[in-house]
Amino acid sequence: MRVLAIDDAGPGVTLQDGGRHGYLRFGITAAGPMDPLMFATANRTVGNPLHATAIEVSTGGLTASAPEGPLGLALISAGFRATLDGEALPTACALTLEPGQRLAIRAGSTGAWGYLAVAGRIDVAPVLGSTATHTRSALGGLGGRGLRAGDRIPVAEARMGDGAPQRLLAPWLARDPSLIRVVLGPQDDYFASDQIAAFLERSWTVSPRGDRMACFLDGRPLTHTKGHDIVSDGVAMGAIQVPGNGLPIILMADRQSTGGYPKIATVIGPDLGRLAQVQGGSPIIFSAVSIGDAIVARRAEAEALQRDIQREPMVRTDFPPEFLLNVNLIDGITDALA
Amino acid sequence: MTENGTPRLLDAGEAALVVEFGTMVDPSISDRVLALDDALAANRPAGLTETVPTYRSLMIHYDPLILDRETLAGHVRDLTGGDTARATTPARWILPCCYEAPHGEDLAAVADLIGQTVDRVAALHTGGTYRVYMYGFAPGFAYLGGLPEVLAVPRRPSPRPPHPTNAVMIGGGLAAVATVPMPTGWYVLGATPSKLYAPERTESFFVSPGDEIRFEAIDAASFASLAIREAAGERVARREEVH
Repeated sequence: MRVLAIDDAGPGVTLQDGGRHGYLRFGITAAGPMDPLMFATANRTVGNPLHATAIEVSTGGLTASAPEGPLGLALISAGFRATLDGEALPTACALTLEPGQRLAIRAGSTGAWGYLAVAGRIDVAPVLGSTATHTRSALGGLGGRGLRAGDRIPVAEARMGDGAPQRLLAPWLARDPSLIRVVLGPQDDYFASDQIAAFLERSWTVSPRGDRMACFLDGRPLTHTKGHDIVSDGVAMGAIQVPGNGLPIILMADRQSTGGYPKIATVIGPDLGRLAQVQGGSPIIFSAVSIGDAIVARRAEAEALQRDIQREPMVRTDFPPEFLLNVNLIDGITDALA
Repeated sequence: MTENGTPRLLDAGEAALVVEFGTMVDPSISDRVLALDDALAANRPAGLTETVPTYRSLMIHYDPLILDRETLAGHVRDLTGGDTARATTPARWILPCCYEAPHGEDLAAVADLIGQTVDRVAALHTGGTYRVYMYGFAPGFAYLGGLPEVLAVPRRPSPRPPHPTNAVMIGGGLAAVATVPMPTGWYVLGATPSKLYAPERTESFFVSPGDEIRFEAIDAASFASLAIREAAGERVARREEVH
């Protein structure tokens, strides 16, 4: 069987699939990708089911090779710097990794997560119906842990790519990372109207201490009207809870299934990925939308994922370092589309 | 909302609806949560992905491209409008529990806190009948109500080191069984050889929200032999029907 060999992996690089669903009632977190749209796009590029197992690359970076035979890959990030044998790759590309070649992915000045999908089936045993890695409860992936040097990921039914690296055209991934749409509630009644207004008007700074479990925000604290403890209830991905210190925490893929702080609002599904891509220290602003608006955005995503992902040959293979340093999230991808 | 009236429907984004029956920890509120959960399991609309019963609300996760929010809300109103008795009879589980060393790590601390002997603390805990209100916090972490009042000690001001697997704990007026070791603000009274959560087992969980639990004191030698039987695939917890 072919393998993807992990030659080096920073902390937080994991195998993910569409998530471990159906067990929230038993305290089991769904996990799954932090940026579901980018993840699904990578899978679609290589012809896999949208929720197939793929590698989520953190800013810790990854170096990989294909010692047992060529592998077709899709690599999509939001500003990471990737190279194939030292040659720069576009932020969204398809390629064939040949034996002896080395694929290296490193963090860039924007973006927090990238996805590496393999044409074929990453052959690891599902746990509770899913291969998604949840490191806190040691479930899924390879032994419930992040990837590390020396791991060999078996790939069943491996397919080769189309040869030379190609740029991917996926304009739906050009998202404004700073504006995050929310639906107010479920506990917005724990906040006076001026605090709701402040929540929506203030610019918040994403803290660097976030991870797959939560995104912490810094800024001027909010105040509660009815205290900050509630009797625990369910927690959706994207729930924005406000604990006693008044600084919002957005609960992400590895969140606990229930919680005991009031949740002022919930990030809409289509904006979870763009929020996840915001690097620590960057500002975000919230905008309240209706459920109808959120559904329009969801439908647009679902339609985008139905389309064929167009490719074009890479014209430019040796990006000067200053170009790579200057790409930001939008330009990095729109440039790849140009 | 009123505790007996129409539940509040609260949106948790465009893909989850919270049906809130109250804001307190109360068996009658929990009954209504579980009755709706049963009713949705029996009459599940397409697009409903999963439900999460908690102390006082049911979170319904759904795919809004398949199931319209108003359709779901109408369905919930229909199901909560009439008879709210549970469709299923809860099970009662007898869990063996060893309070002896090395399992009852914090038994002496609790005995000191409430001015009782360690034997009395264990006897009080064994005397309770517990309701499984919900799971949360971690895989297989079951929150139990029904702790005898005298054992209602507050949670620790700061967490203790990770508890062992399958710890039987109390804190903040509640009881719990916690399967996965982690630091905790609760007090560890003992451990059960029974695994409430075993992802490799065909039936990964056997205790459902709404079930009852009683603990049966066993000595350390029995714990060791029951743990071996449990590891071999046997379920050492016993089931009794609740009448």
